[in-house]
Amino acid sequence: MWWIVGFVVLLIKVAVVLGVLFGFAAGMVLVERKLLGRLQIRYGPNRVGPFGLLQPVADGLKLLLKEDIVPKGADRIIFFFAPAVVALVPLLIAAVVPFSSDLKIGETRIPVLIADLNVGLLFFLAVASLSVYGVALGGWASNSKYSMLGSVRGAAQLISYELSLGLSLVPVVMLAGSFSLVDIVNAQAEYPFILVQPVSFLIFFISSMAESNRLPFDLPEAENELIGGFHTEYSGMRFALYFLGEYISMVVLGALVAVFFLGGWRGPVLPPLAWFLIKTMITPVFFIWTRATLPRVRYDQLMQLGWKILLPLCLVNIIATGGIALLVRS
Amino acid sequence: MGYFREIYEGGASLVEGMKVTFRRLFHPLVTVQYPRKALTLSPAFRGHTELKIFEDTGTHHCIACLTCERMCPSGVIKVEGVKTAPKGPKVASRYEIDFSKCSLCGICVECCPTDTLQFSTEYELVGDNRGEFVIDLLARLRAKGGITAEPVAPDASVKKGDSKKGERAAA
Repeated sequence: MWWIVGFVVLLIKVAVVLGVLFGFAAGMVLVERKLLGRLQIRYGPNRVGPFGLLQPVADGLKLLLKEDIVPKGADRIIFFFAPAVVALVPLLIAAVVPFSSDLKIGETRIPVLIADLNVGLLFFLAVASLSVYGVALGGWASNSKYSMLGSVRGAAQLISYELSLGLSLVPVVMLAGSFSLVDIVNAQAEYPFILVQPVSFLIFFISSMAESNRLPFDLPEAENELIGGFHTEYSGMRFALYFLGEYISMVVLGALVAVFFLGGWRGPVLPPLAWFLIKTMITPVFFIWTRATLPRVRYDQLMQLGWKILLPLCLVNIIATGGIALLVRS
Repeated sequence: MGYFREIYEGGASLVEGMKVTFRRLFHPLVTVQYPRKALTLSPAFRGHTELKIFEDTGTHHCIACLTCERMCPSGVIKVEGVKTAPKGPKVASRYEIDFSKCSLCGICVECCPTDTLQFSTEYELVGDNRGEFVIDLLARLRAKGGITAEPVAPDASVKKGDSKKGERAAA
């Protein structure tokens, strides 16, 4: 009997998280366009609804009504499913993110996350590296040279940043003593890890920018030379799925930055959920600000940054953290 | 040491760039919401030509000398005039420009002996066909209230070569 209640609670949680994430992704599109506009001294969208607030609705409607074109010679099955991979990956990652402190209803405590995996961090790293399959397969299945080049770039970019993305989290695990995201948040009860691990934070931040294929590292979709890269041939809702995936992953990466370095839902005065939302929004806003500032890095520059700067820094940081942890604890 | 220096300089320039865009966030917007608001045009703006209104007569000074029509390199201008008095000067009765052929060289404005041509500030020009760009400058002037009386020849029977007869008749 109790498992049915548990199942229903789980379904509700999944529905809420899905709804909130999709809503946030749509909101992020508007926030991005507005903020980019302001940063470039112009209005953003301001025609649809008051202050352009209904712009995401108009965008969604437009994309829904577009013709769904499959290019000649495309691998239809892979072409159809590749965008879903990109949208699915950030949703899966969101399953292990603790959004707030436990919800108390009478005696029972309901944890406000979908699954408290004891290997949550490893789950994140494992699933995050899957998103490149959406890029690589989508580009390959389109039967177009631009898409192909885009997906090849995507795969090569993955190798460059994924290592430092994983290694930058090792000090966090060393400090928290656990792979579970709930334990990591609990370990930051006294101070957020950004204070003791600024280098780690920076590396994770830069790598997650590459992870979400955003501007300084948007080589797979480079509009100028690859005409959109892996999604050149996509149209309508399939393109929208890629788009949605990118924005959800922005929000989810923001949530992860909050969990790993900013103390998750912990904070004074405001309720935990409010703190979590504020901390989550910091990263996407920073991403947009970066997009308004920096040009796309060259291909070899990305490789150099990943292999010659971020990776050695990560390793030095791990050794230093280990040494200091040994000294403090002994 | 070049390695660390590169990292430092790269990071510093990054911060500098971010600062530049951050300052833009508080900069007043430069966008003009055009159809609702419009900028004032520079006095040097060159639209198509138009006839000036002179204060002394309250109308244009075109004497239909056809200098502009002859000087125009693109054959844009068509002028016709009538004599208002038997021995008096001519006055333009038709002044049309085909703006679709005009290159805005301004020769007509420069060569006009009575200085009655100037550049207008008209920039909202849209049309479905070429015919819409044939602009009747006299009609334009009339709409602006620059023409009060239409130039009429004193006697319809007066013809070219008959001017002496006409003069006598008038006297």
